[in-house]
Amino acid sequence: MHPSSFEYFAPKSMEEAIGLLTKFGEDAKIMAGGQSLIPLLKLRMASFPYVIDISRIEGLDYIEEKGKFLEIGALTTMIEIEDSELIKERYRILREAAVQIADPLVRNRGTIGGNISHGDPSNDMPAVIIALDGKLEITGKQGKKVIDADSFITDSFTTVLQEGEIMSKIMIPVFDGSSGGCYIKQKKNAGDFSVAAIAVHLSIDKEDRVRRAGIGLTSVGPRPLRAEKGERFLEGKRINDSVAREAANIIVSESDPTSDFYGSADYKKKVLNRIAVEAINTSYERAMVR
Amino acid sequence: MSLSKIKLRINGKEIEAEVEPRKLLVHFLREDMGLTGTHVGCDTSNCGACTVLLDGRAVKSCTMLAVQADGREVTTIEGISSGDDMHPLQKAFIEKHGLQCGYCTSGMILTSFWLLSKNNNPTEEEIRKAISGNLCRCTGYQSIVESIKYGAQLMKEEEKGEQEIRVR
Ligand SMILES: Cc1cc2nc3c(=O)[nH]c(=O)nc-3n(C[C@H](O)[C@H](O)[C@H](O)COP(=O)(O)OP(=O)(O)OC[C@H]3O[C@@H](n4cnc5c(N)ncnc54)[C@H](O)[C@@H]3O)c2cc1C
Ligand code: FES
Ligand code: FES
Repeated sequence: MHPSSFEYFAPKSMEEAIGLLTKFGEDAKIMAGGQSLIPLLKLRMASFPYVIDISRIEGLDYIEEKGKFLEIGALTTMIEIEDSELIKERYRILREAAVQIADPLVRNRGTIGGNISHGDPSNDMPAVIIALDGKLEITGKQGKKVIDADSFITDSFTTVLQEGEIMSKIMIPVFDGSSGGCYIKQKKNAGDFSVAAIAVHLSIDKEDRVRRAGIGLTSVGPRPLRAEKGERFLEGKRINDSVAREAANIIVSESDPTSDFYGSADYKKKVLNRIAVEAINTSYERAMVR
Repeated sequence: MSLSKIKLRINGKEIEAEVEPRKLLVHFLREDMGLTGTHVGCDTSNCGACTVLLDGRAVKSCTMLAVQADGREVTTIEGISSGDDMHPLQKAFIEKHGLQCGYCTSGMILTSFWLLSKNNNPTEEEIRKAISGNLCRCTGYQSIVESIKYGAQLMKEEEKGEQEIRVR
């Protein structure tokens, strides 16, 4: 099928892009890799008079440690995250999530900025960035601002982005030696969205107690969720199987899935419970390796 | 309706064209360029029958606009053989029965081409993961995996042969 007609712009700089977005306001739509947007346009589930393709803006495609943060440019593709030596060595959870997104063909074009900005509660990156206490840099007319990743998506397919704003960078606090995490995604078929998925990241102290827990959930609510009560419960504790089970019950109580094609709400909660136990145990084991 | 001018390389040839911005790359290739080896197998960006190489990377040409290929290099199945000489992967798919109806084949071969360009000795698991965005309704995949393994071997032999010729 063919998208309906639109006018197309491919600005080469941030200023130019922001100018176009401001000029066309609500009639304009940002496109990055197009891997969420083009399927919607093709099926005519959405249409926009102006498409602003930001993929040719220079300098938004990088992965580097800079001071206290691992910084990832918004236009960095999933495949670049998957293939990055730095991420392979030091930020395993990001790679673990990236390789489970869609399929390699989609990952060759889909960007991390688009994966988060789409606001899809089933997209995998937001929960991971939330669990890692990540921050997002947003660039607009007035310049740059940095916000907490967990405040970015406010509802299904809805973000805090205002007219003329572009997400420019994802910032993740650099891991210290005593932390570990994982992303577990339960899906029906290869390349599919999840029934439920969970990102857990634990930092532990010298006594092997959890100093900081980060927990993000995919596909079990109207938006990607932070399981705050689960985090508080784990903090200060050493993990064993019964602690993990109790935490999983709390995490499930914080979820709010609906019944759909991927399963009933009840089934999703059962799945979440099981993967939560596994994710907490695995993260703790990884953190203990130091 | 305004048209956009694009300039790109397709299978090594410099092309200039005018396209509607909404035109998907796959339709540009099939309808404007006559390169019908690239197939359309779905409406939902799931099947991979439309796979082409964009600057060497396998992508779904149905999930990309033709205007996005401006200034880029696109390779379709028509571009990987030289004249009547088939690419080793094509030979391997024939020999190992990597196809039945053939609808998925051009996509399978281009995805494999990309995989082998990054990793010339993939494990079975790496092959299966690489083709996870390419659906086949006929073969059950086993013979496709065998074909890709064999294709990798043929490519290495061909490379070795070329080196020997150069040495001589
Ligand atoms: C077959 C298939 C399977 C998929 N499976 C999964 C899956 O399992 N898990 C998963 O997480 N995703 C999945 N996806 C979605 C895919 O990961 C998308 O690539 C990703 O969600 C969007 O990235 P993009 O760069 O392609 O964004 P686009 O499609 O270009 O844009 C998506 C949205 O984000 C906005 N946007 C993009 N970049 C920015 C920016 N820098 N600043 C502000 N707004 C921006 C756009 O306006 C648009 O609203 C799948 C897609 C397909 C086609
Ligand atoms: S035609 Fe099915 S993914 Fe492109
Ligand atoms: S050979 Fe028929 S779809 Fe693969």
